[in-house]
Amino acid sequence: MTSLLNTQRPPVFCPGCSHERVVTSLDKALDNRGLQGHQLVIVSDIGCSGLFDTFFNAHAFHGLHGRALTYATGLKMARPDLKVVVTMGDGGLGIGGAHVLATCRRNIDLTLLVLNNFNYGMTGGQCSATTPSEAQVGSGFLNRLEKPVDICTLAGAAGAPYLARLSAYQKDLSEQIGAAVDYAGFSVVDIWGVCPGRYTKHNQLTPKRIDERLADLPAVNGPVSENQRSEYSHAYAELAARQIDSDALTHIPAQFQAPQSGRREVVILGGAGQRIVTAGELLCLAGISAGLHVTQKNDYPITVLRGHSVSELVLDAREIGFTGIDRPDVVLALSPEGVARRPAMWPRLSSDAMVIAAKGVSLPHCNAHVEVLDFKAGKIKSADWALAALAVMAARGRVLTQEMLAAAVRHRFSGKVRDLALATIARATALTAEG
Amino acid sequence: MAMQFMEGNEAIARGAVAAGCRFFAGYPITPATTVYNNMLRLLPPLGGICLQGEDEIASIGFCLGAAMTGAKALTATSGPGISLYSEQISFAIGSEIPLVIVNIQRLGPSTGSATRGADGDIQFMQWGNSGGQPVIVLAPVDIRDCYTLTAHAFNLAERFRCPVFLAANKEIAMTRESVDLDRLPLPAPVERRTADARNPFLPFATADGELVPRFLPIGGQRLVRQTSSTHGPDGYITTDAGIIDAMQKRLRAKIHSAADALALYDADIDPAADTLVIAYGVSARAVRKAVAARREQGRKLSLLVLKTLWPVPEGLLRENLAAHRRAVVVEMNLGQYVREIERLAGATRVDFFGQMDGNLLHPRRIAKAL
Ligand code: SF4
Repeated sequence: MTSLLNTQRPPVFCPGCSHERVVTSLDKALDNRGLQGHQLVIVSDIGCSGLFDTFFNAHAFHGLHGRALTYATGLKMARPDLKVVVTMGDGGLGIGGAHVLATCRRNIDLTLLVLNNFNYGMTGGQCSATTPSEAQVGSGFLNRLEKPVDICTLAGAAGAPYLARLSAYQKDLSEQIGAAVDYAGFSVVDIWGVCPGRYTKHNQLTPKRIDERLADLPAVNGPVSENQRSEYSHAYAELAARQIDSDALTHIPAQFQAPQSGRREVVILGGAGQRIVTAGELLCLAGISAGLHVTQKNDYPITVLRGHSVSELVLDAREIGFTGIDRPDVVLALSPEGVARRPAMWPRLSSDAMVIAAKGVSLPHCNAHVEVLDFKAGKIKSADWALAALAVMAARGRVLTQEMLAAAVRHRFSGKVRDLALATIARATALTAEG
Repeated sequence: MAMQFMEGNEAIARGAVAAGCRFFAGYPITPATTVYNNMLRLLPPLGGICLQGEDEIASIGFCLGAAMTGAKALTATSGPGISLYSEQISFAIGSEIPLVIVNIQRLGPSTGSATRGADGDIQFMQWGNSGGQPVIVLAPVDIRDCYTLTAHAFNLAERFRCPVFLAANKEIAMTRESVDLDRLPLPAPVERRTADARNPFLPFATADGELVPRFLPIGGQRLVRQTSSTHGPDGYITTDAGIIDAMQKRLRAKIHSAADALALYDADIDPAADTLVIAYGVSARAVRKAVAARREQGRKLSLLVLKTLWPVPEGLLRENLAAHRRAVVVEMNLGQYVREIERLAGATRVDFFGQMDGNLLHPRRIAKAL
C-alpha cells in the first residue's frame, strides 16, 4: 500500500479545517484501490478545495472557478481509461451550476467531491448556494433572502446516477468515497464539513451538529435506481461507431459552355417553403458545370415556414471578389415577402435585366424586361416555382443553359426526387413555349 | 476543371480534420453553427469526439481538458461566445494549452445581429481576456483560406502552445462558394514537441534557447501538472517575483519574437505607388476589385492583404509603410486594426475607410477612397 499524498506539499488548511480529513480519506480510498498516480487525474477549481490537486502525486488539472467539470469531461472523453476525481467547494458548485446539472444529465464516469462548508472560505466567508438562511456570514443580510439548495436533491433531479450525502467526520468516509470512485458513472458526493477559518467563527456548526442535521434529511448514499443508464463515454463510442462516413466530397466537372461571359448576378426573391436556397444551389452547380466560379448568399429569418427567403447568386468566369449584388441580370420574383425584402433593388434594375415573376406577385416599377408566368396554370406547385423559374431562364438562354440545369439536377438529386425535378423543368419549359 | 460547392464553415471543418483535429466541442450560435454540424458529421466516423457543451464556457473547457491529453482540439463560436470564452482563453494563454478557436464574427455589440457580418472583434480577440498576453489571430479572405488557414492555425497552436483564433466573418463562413479543396496546398501537420518521458519532467520548463515548454500528456507515465494559477516551471503556484517575471516575459516573447516569421499575407506592391492599401478578411476581396479598377484608370497603388493580424507583423508593416507616402486601411468596422497601423506609420499618413452596417463594403465605394 502506497499513499499518493505528496509529502513535499502537506495540506495547508486552517487548523481544524475539515478539508484535511477529506484529503486523507480520499488518499486512503485511492490507495485501497491500488490506483497509481499516472492512472489518476485530480481536477480542481478555485477556493480552499482548489488546493487538493497539489497534495497528491497524480496528474493534476487546476482551473477556473466552477469549471472543473468542463475540463474533467474533456479529459475523460479523450482518455476514458483514466480515473478522474473532481473536487470543488459549495462555491464552485454554485458558480458552475450549469456544468453540475449537465454532467448529471450526461452521466460521464467522473467522481465529484463537493467540499460543502456552507460559505466561501477563501474570499472571507460570504454566502454560497448552500448557506442556511439563518447563518451569519460575510454577505451581511443577503443570505437571509435566499433559500439554500440541497445538492443531492438537485443532482438527483438532474439525473445523477450515484449520490452520497456525507459528513467529513464519519468514520467510514474513505470507504464511502471509494464506493463513489468505483461507480462506473457520474457520482456526486456532498461532504459536509466545517470551516473554522470563517464559518464557525459566527455559527454553531460542529461534527455533532452536522450529524444531527444529516439525520433530519432522508439518507442518500449509493446508486439512484431511477437514474441508472449507460455511461456517456461508452455510449458515445457505441453510437459514434455506427455513424456512416459521409465525408465524400463530390466534384462537378466543367463540361458545358455558359450562354454569356462576364459576371452574372441573379437574385431569387421568394418565401419560406419555396425551396429558394435549393434553387440557388442548383444555379451554382449549373454554373460550375460550365467552369464558372460561383457564390451563394442566403437571407431568411431565423424562424422557419414563415417570411421571406432570398438567395443571391454570382457566377463569373473570373474569381469572384465581391459577393454582394450590384446589378442583377436576372431577378426571380416568386413571393410578395421576397419582393418586399429588396425594395432598394427595383429602381436600380437596368433595361437589360430580366425579371421572371410568378403571376399574382405584384412588382414595384422597374426598367427591366418582365416576364410573368402562370406556374399554377402549368400545374407547378409553389414549392417548385424557383426551379421552374430556373428552367425559364435556361429556355431564354439567360445565365444558364438547359444542359447546365439538367446536369445540376442530376448532380444534386437522385431517384424519384430527380425525376420530379426533371418533370417540373419540362412543364416550365412548355409554359415558355406557350408564352 | 472540376469544383466542389460548399460554405466557408464546411471548409474550416475539413481544414481542421486535415490538420489532425479529432476533438471538437461547441455550442450552437449563428453564424458558427455549421462548423459544429460539419464536425459532428466528420469526426465520429474517424473515431474522433464531437461534443455539444451546455454553454460556451463548457465547450471550450472540454477542449482544454482534451488538449492536455495531447488532442488537437477545435471550438467555434461568434462574438457572444467569445465573450463567454474569455476566462478560459486567458487560461489557455497563461497555461500554454494548444487550441484553435474559430470566431465567425457577426455584427455586434452584444447579441447584435446573428445573420449580419462585421469584423468587429479584431481588437477584442487579442485583448478580451485577463492578463494582456499575446495570442495569434489569422483572418481568412475567402473559402480557400478557410481551409488552409485552419490548418495553419493548428500548426501554430501546436508550435507555440497557445490559443489561435481563426477570425472569419459571416460573409465568408455562411457564403457558399465553388472551390477545389484537393488542389489547395496545406502545410504539413506540425505536432507539439514532447519531452523525453524517461527524464524528470517540469511541465513549464524550457530548454536553453527555447521559448515553448516541451509537452507531455496528462495520462502518460510521467505525472503532469496543469494549473491556471501563476506558476513556476514545476506547475505549482508561486509568488516568487523572479519566477513570475521570467514566465510572463517568456509568454510574451514566444509569440512576439516570431511575429514576422509567422506573418501570412499577400503583397501586391507597385514600387511606383505612393499609396498603400491595407486590408484583411472578406473586405480584402472588395479591396482587390477596387484596386484593380483604380489601376485600370491609371492610378498607382500597392496592396497588402494581411492574413496574420496578431501578433502584428511589425517589420513587414514598417517596411511597406515607409515605402509609401500614404496608407489607406479598409475594415468592416469603424476603425480597429488601423490603430496598429498608425503606431507603425512613422511619417506616412494613415487614412481609414470602413463601415459597420451589416452590409459588405462595396468595391466602388472603396475605389472612391483610393
Ligand atoms: S478558510 Fe475555511 S475552508 Fe478554507 S482552509 Fe480555512 S477553514 Fe478550511
